[in-house]
Amino acid sequence: MITYRDAVREAIRDALRKDERVFLMGEDVGRYGGCYAVSKGLLEEWGPERIRDTPLSESAFVGAGIGAALGGMRPIVEIMTTNFSLLALDQIVDNAAAYLHMSGGQFNVPLVIRMATGAGRQVAAQHSHSFEGWYAHIPGIKIVAPATLEDARGMLWTALEDPDPVLMFEHAGLYAMEGELAADAGAVDIAKARVRRPGRDVSILTYGASLWKALDAARRLSEEGIEAEVIDLRSLRPLDDESIVGSVTRTHRALVVDEGWRSGGISAEISARITEQAFYDLDAPVARLCSAEVPIPYARQLEEAALPRVESIVAAVRALVPAPHG
Amino acid sequence: MSARGEHGLRLLHQMLLIRRFEEKCAELYSGEKIRGFLHLYIGEEATGVGVVENLAPDDAIVSTYREHGHALARGISPGAIMAELYGKQEGCSRGRGGSMHLFDAATRFYGGNAIVGGGMPIAVGLALADRLRGQKRVTCCFFGDGAVAEGEFHESMNLAALWRLPVLFVCENNLYAMGTRIDFTHALTDLRAKAASYAMPAASVDGMDVEAVEAAAKSAADAVRSGQGPYFLECRTYRFRAHSMYDPELYRSKAEVEEWKRRDPIPMLTARLKERGEADADALANVEREVGGAVDRAVAFAEAGTWEPVEELMRFVYSERSAAP
Amino acid sequence: MPSLGGDMSAGRLVEWHVKPGDHVTRGDTIATVETDKANIDVEVFETGTIERLTAAPGEKLPVGSVLAYIGGEGEAAAPAALRAAAPEAPPERVLASPLARKLARELGVDLSAVRGTGSHGAIERADVERAAARKPAEPPAAGMRRAIAAAMARSNREIPHYYLETRINLRAALDWLARVNLERGVEDRILPAALLIKAVARALTQVPELNGYWIDDGLRMQSGIHVGVAVSLRGGGLLIPAIHDADRRSVSELMAAMRDLITRARSGRLKGSELTDSTITVTNLGDLGVETVFGVIYPPQVALVGFGKIVDRAWVESGDIGVRPTVNATLAADHRATDGHRGAQFLAAVERALQEPAVL
Repeated sequence: MITYRDAVREAIRDALRKDERVFLMGEDVGRYGGCYAVSKGLLEEWGPERIRDTPLSESAFVGAGIGAALGGMRPIVEIMTTNFSLLALDQIVDNAAAYLHMSGGQFNVPLVIRMATGAGRQVAAQHSHSFEGWYAHIPGIKIVAPATLEDARGMLWTALEDPDPVLMFEHAGLYAMEGELAADAGAVDIAKARVRRPGRDVSILTYGASLWKALDAARRLSEEGIEAEVIDLRSLRPLDDESIVGSVTRTHRALVVDEGWRSGGISAEISARITEQAFYDLDAPVARLCSAEVPIPYARQLEEAALPRVESIVAAVRALVPAPHG
Repeated sequence: MSARGEHGLRLLHQMLLIRRFEEKCAELYSGEKIRGFLHLYIGEEATGVGVVENLAPDDAIVSTYREHGHALARGISPGAIMAELYGKQEGCSRGRGGSMHLFDAATRFYGGNAIVGGGMPIAVGLALADRLRGQKRVTCCFFGDGAVAEGEFHESMNLAALWRLPVLFVCENNLYAMGTRIDFTHALTDLRAKAASYAMPAASVDGMDVEAVEAAAKSAADAVRSGQGPYFLECRTYRFRAHSMYDPELYRSKAEVEEWKRRDPIPMLTARLKERGEADADALANVEREVGGAVDRAVAFAEAGTWEPVEELMRFVYSERSAAP
Repeated sequence: MPSLGGDMSAGRLVEWHVKPGDHVTRGDTIATVETDKANIDVEVFETGTIERLTAAPGEKLPVGSVLAYIGGEGEAAAPAALRAAAPEAPPERVLASPLARKLARELGVDLSAVRGTGSHGAIERADVERAAARKPAEPPAAGMRRAIAAAMARSNREIPHYYLETRINLRAALDWLARVNLERGVEDRILPAALLIKAVARALTQVPELNGYWIDDGLRMQSGIHVGVAVSLRGGGLLIPAIHDADRRSVSELMAAMRDLITRARSGRLKGSELTDSTITVTNLGDLGVETVFGVIYPPQVALVGFGKIVDRAWVESGDIGVRPTVNATLAADHRATDGHRGAQFLAAVERALQEPAVL
């Protein structure tokens, strides 16, 4: 029995072991043991050159990660949370995502940036963002959201092997999640969605922490005779159109569950793609369940009401799927 | 001819190449062969040439949008640069970058950055890689006085000093951040003094005197290369032309420009070489001719270049080989 | 979409018998199309290779729409042309999901009659399925009846009919037939109907004005004599496939052709040309006990020949009364094309032909 956090740590350890070019760099990853205890113990194992504490200089250390990758290393840059990544947005968008293109193909940036993301722990507006969808807007980078232990363990190596920048979003609420994982669980792909629960009445398309809420919702709906298919998107850029369309073509109804805000979010992109590619198989408009369009509030009941919940997913599906007869 | 004499002519050749190339760019821009933004290095040649002379072939350069001079001094072919300015696929960035994004893997020239201060963290990272791999190389990072106000300057300086990284920070202080004079930008206008706040060794040099720059840059580069950590070199220089092609220069007086032109680095070196007997009329005419020929050839190369087919548009967003080496 | 009958304005593609890449020769059947009257095999008039099928099974398309592209030998593919849109007349907007619309098309459900249970009252798949389950099946051939009704009404309106009748002694014909049939098995014995048709065909060679079409205020006589044989269908429909070149076929061949046409008519496998090529129609209702047929001409034909039941009747010959098998033969003719004189000559020719069956 291990936790998601353990799985990420093991993935980092594995990478450090397999490739001497790999090093971890970020705020409090060393002496503090990592804000979320992901890198706890790694400094003692690997030393300060490979487990590098940085000053509070997101722009500089993300840019340094880009430079180090250009210079032949394989850095894992840890930005404490998605919220702080905004300070490094220029480096990510204008350098990491664009270098290959601006240089006419000469300089690729094999960088991995890991960030904690998401809300639900009463840490208020500036610490609760889900910007996976925003980043997924940008050509030149790849966006993944490991939601399971297997993915937390296996996506990092594949991301490190990728010649282009990969942003990995770990939902902070999942770090303590426990589960079983084979000791030899290895690398997994970072481009495909997975059907986590097959179903015939509706496709619930989601990622990250919302996956678990959707699975809970699906269990409840099953008792009412509604069988929901739950798809874990895993990769938000590129989106796995084939899996999305394949599922909706079978179920004829889709609900996108996204912790980001609705307007212009990744849920809108997914909905558009379904309309483009599966229109004639739709029995109802694509539905979306996203966070309420407010900065995430501190008070518990307000925060809960703002985020997707199991109850609201169940209600959304009930509104979407005709009541089963008999 | 002594080695120093030859070297002097070389410095002159380098500066003159930049000067004539940039003059040609101005002309071509008016003729709409070059489009978008064009930031000319005219007047600042001594800085770029003097610094780059001290860089080894496997050192790295990170530059700004006013980078033609650095690229030429570094040895990127004038034809490849001109073709890039034209937007032809024979350009050093395949026509994808343009004036502000010159890249060349062979000479470790990492652009070409249009975001002021945006290249500085990258320079820190390149130096970090060298440090981690035990390679004794210098990463030379050019930036202007305006960049010193950006957060990224401070973060980068601090990080480089903290980790003792081999970065040569070269501040080309031409007194203006686009149209804003330095005293409207900085509470402390003595830029060299800022390095002290990062416990970084620093020097300031007359950026119009190529030999002075070369000497100062040598000390700086040697220090960096020896593993002592980063170094901050301020070059006090001046651009004779506008910030870019569309700038009416309302922010400075013509008198000021004329005064700085009296210290034009090229006539200054020419006079010195003559004085020292290191260059006679023939030699100078020769240099002029060589440079003229090189610029003409560059233009011809660009003119003859081809446009990347539109069908190729979606290339170079992601790498085409499946895994990094 | 070929025109498969005078009144046809649109057809529904039932199925393709070819796929892209198949080689076809002129005359091959390449698809089955459903019209108001029947399912008809569509033949192709080109030889070449199927390049693209642009119509999908289940689609209803107007006559003239492109169904497929056929490349000639060595021809480059013709550039894709826009498909003609099926001319639907949406009176008011019906809210239905794309899936429901697709299903409604396939099941032949009229969306305007379906109650929707989706949001905003939209029709969803389940609503269409329920409607299809409830829908009483149309009597077979209802569409056909409508078409026949239209044709008959038009005929009555436009064609000035005149009627002539004659009674024909079939002793010679039937004796001949009996002798011929001794040498044939039961399955391929020749029926009197074949003789009657042959006689009509022979008579038309002598009165060709009855073998033509009235089109645009003029009679266009036809060179081929293609006798349309009325075939009744189970469920109340009627088809009139043509026996091509009936005058050139032997009685035995005519019989075989008739059998084949009747079988294929009843199983919905007639070719398009068989339904459109009749130059005259023969209605034989004798099997049903009718003595005389007073028919209505099928435009643009100009004549219809009717035969009633073959009945033994009293016959006077050379002053003696005897009993002969006889049949009442009628001619309904278009008075614009012919007058009674020619019509009478025609019936007389039929009568003569039936007295010398051996030379028919």
